[in-house]
Parts: sequence; C-alpha cells; structure tokens
Amino acid sequence: MSTAGSRIASFLSGAAARFGKVPWREIREEAFDRAVLVLKAACFVHVVNTYVVGIAFVRGPSMLPTINLTGDVVAVERVSPRWGSLAVGDVVILLSPENPRKTVAKRVLGLEGDAVTFLVDPARGSASQTVVVPGGHVWVQGDNIYSSRDSRQFGPVPYGLIQGRAFCKVWPPEAVGLIGQKL
Amino acid sequence: MGTLNPLWFFMKKSMTVALFGITISDRYATVYSLTGTSMSPTFTTSSPGFPGYLKGISFVKAIQAKNDQMFIGYVNRNLSKLISRMITGDIVLVEKFCLEKYKFSRGDVIAFKSPSDHKREFVKRLIALPGDWMQIPDTSDILKIPEGHCWVEGDNKEFSLDSRHFGPIPLGLVQGRVTHIIWPPQRTSKVERKVAMERVR
Repeated sequence: MSTAGSRIASFLSGAAARFGKVPWREIREEAFDRAVLVLKAACFVHVVNTYVVGIAFVRGPSMLPTINLTGDVVAVERVSPRWGSLAVGDVVILLSPENPRKTVAKRVLGLEGDAVTFLVDPARGSASQTVVVPGGHVWVQGDNIYSSRDSRQFGPVPYGLIQGRAFCKVWPPEAVGLIGQKL
Repeated sequence: MGTLNPLWFFMKKSMTVALFGITISDRYATVYSLTGTSMSPTFTTSSPGFPGYLKGISFVKAIQAKNDQMFIGYVNRNLSKLISRMITGDIVLVEKFCLEKYKFSRGDVIAFKSPSDHKREFVKRLIALPGDWMQIPDTSDILKIPEGHCWVEGDNKEFSLDSRHFGPIPLGLVQGRVTHIIWPPQRTSKVERKVAMERVR
C-alpha cells in the first residue's frame, strides 16, 4: 500500500515540477502576437476589398451574353464609383433597390441628366419611352433585355447603391478577359 | 540607420491602428458629428459662427491662462476656431450591426446616403418599413411603401429635407443606426425610438 501511495505522490510532484517548467509567459505572448497578426490580415483584406478591388460571383440570365447564365467570377474595382468617374457602358455591381440583401450586376446606360430611350416591353412590340435621369441617380439595364429586372421596372437608382465596377472576368478560365463597354 | 528604426516602428504601429480603425468603423460602429437642425430636439447643433466660436473660446481661455506667450496665444486662437468649426453639434454613436440583415424598427434614427447626392449623408428617423401603408403628411393621400424601401422624416418638421421631398428611399442607402449621443457630456444618452402609430399601418 505505501509503495503505491508514494508512487502516486512522486508522480504528482513530478508533474507539478514539469508544469512549472513550461514557459507559460512565452506561450501566452506568442499566442497573442499570432492572434494580432491574424486580425491585422483580416482588416487588411477588408480594407482592400472595400476600397480597392474585390471579387464577386455573378449569375443569372440578365447580363447574357456578357456574363454566363451559370455564373462567372468577376473582379470589381471600388475606386470609380467613389470618385464619381463611372461612364455610360460600365457594368456595375449594385444593391438591388427591391431587396438590399441582394446584389445585382447591370450595365449603366444613363448618368444624371441623360435622356434614356428604352423599349418598354421588347417581347411585345417596339414601343419605346424616353426618361430623363434625375440628379444623383443612374439608369441601369441588363444586357439581356428580354430577361432582366432593371431600371425599366424599378426606375433610376440612386448612385449610393453602386458598390463597384466589374471590369474583368477571372473565372472560369475560358471566360477570362476584360468586360468591354457596349453602347 | 539609428534614426530610421523609430520612424519605421511608428509607421508600422500607425498602419495597424488605421487598419483596425477603418475595419471597425466600416463594419461595427462609428462616430458621427452632426450638423443641421432637422432633428431637433432629439439632436442639437449650434450654428457655426458666433455661438460656436464662443464655446471654442471658453475652452481655449483655460489653456491660455497657463501660457501667456505671444506665439502660444496665436496658435490657441486658431485652434479654437478650428475646434468650434469642427464640433458644431452633437457627436453620436452609429452602429452597423443592423446592416447584416437590414433589420430596422419603426422609429429608429438611421443614417443614410442622400438619394440626390451620394457624397452626403443624412440622419433622420425611420417612420415606415417596406409594405407599410402610411398617410403622407399634410395631405390625405395614402401610400404603400414599396419593397426594399423605407420612409424617413426628421423630427423638426419645418427644417427637414426628407422623404416628404424625395420619396421613399431604398434600404440599400442606409449606412447605420444611431444608438447613443456621446458628446457633449451633459447630453449623453441613449437615442430612443419614437413610433408614430397614428400614421402608419
């Protein structure tokens, strides 16, 4: 009995000694430094994505043939909308005025003050309408006018909804290339 | 080499602080300094000019009492002008967690980009949510707020440029929700929700 008890006691005291030898302070400091580094990297990614360039996955039929039905990954630059240097013919990513949690891609066809002429219902005849874009707004339309919900349905959108300009397709590899201005 | 190291260290530290600051200000909470009278009495702002200048002066006189030198006095006079021009109103805390799901309540005070000028931001009270039927003030018209839009109005009806002029605004323009006033200290408080039940269904 006494040998078992003394063996347990010596094991425990050995464990306590080894516990004391572990460099806890250095481990804590290194863990803290690593955590700060991860946070810094995450903040850097956020800043670049919000102010310089980001990527977006765009799908749906409204921008055929420019953007594929099953989806393309595009590079979106954030500088032009912030500086107000968007031009007619740019493809922009914007928050949908019908649902702020949905992001859509459309082409700018008119800036503030422009008079935009569009086909009201292209599937049913060629009746057209002309609208002057109010100040602070833009007129956006999908390239595939037969299957697109855009300014023809929800009117000109405020400039503040635009999140960026899609300038280049990056995936799938066979679709890689700049997105051109179509007029 | 000796003088370069502290400079490099300082730049690295300020870069880190800037990164953290920008990320937190964009995603979680930020601080706005308000101007204009469209939300009084909820928020008060002093007009830039004489009263604001007086506030700045009284702040700086306390410093000037300690430094009677000509040069310091000159610097302090300009500093007081700068401060009075910068802080002309309440400073408020704006939280951005509500932008995760765009979930707001009627009566919240929200900050949003102006629909006529994306570089300017307004702070007004949210009166009606998408799908609500509301009576347009000073008329007997009833309007249904379209999906994805909301109706905003300032508390100070006579001096407010709001949805009565530019119509319902898309929720995508909202940049945050004002939760607390944090300056001046005697006005520090939580910003309460005020619902106009008689006009909204």
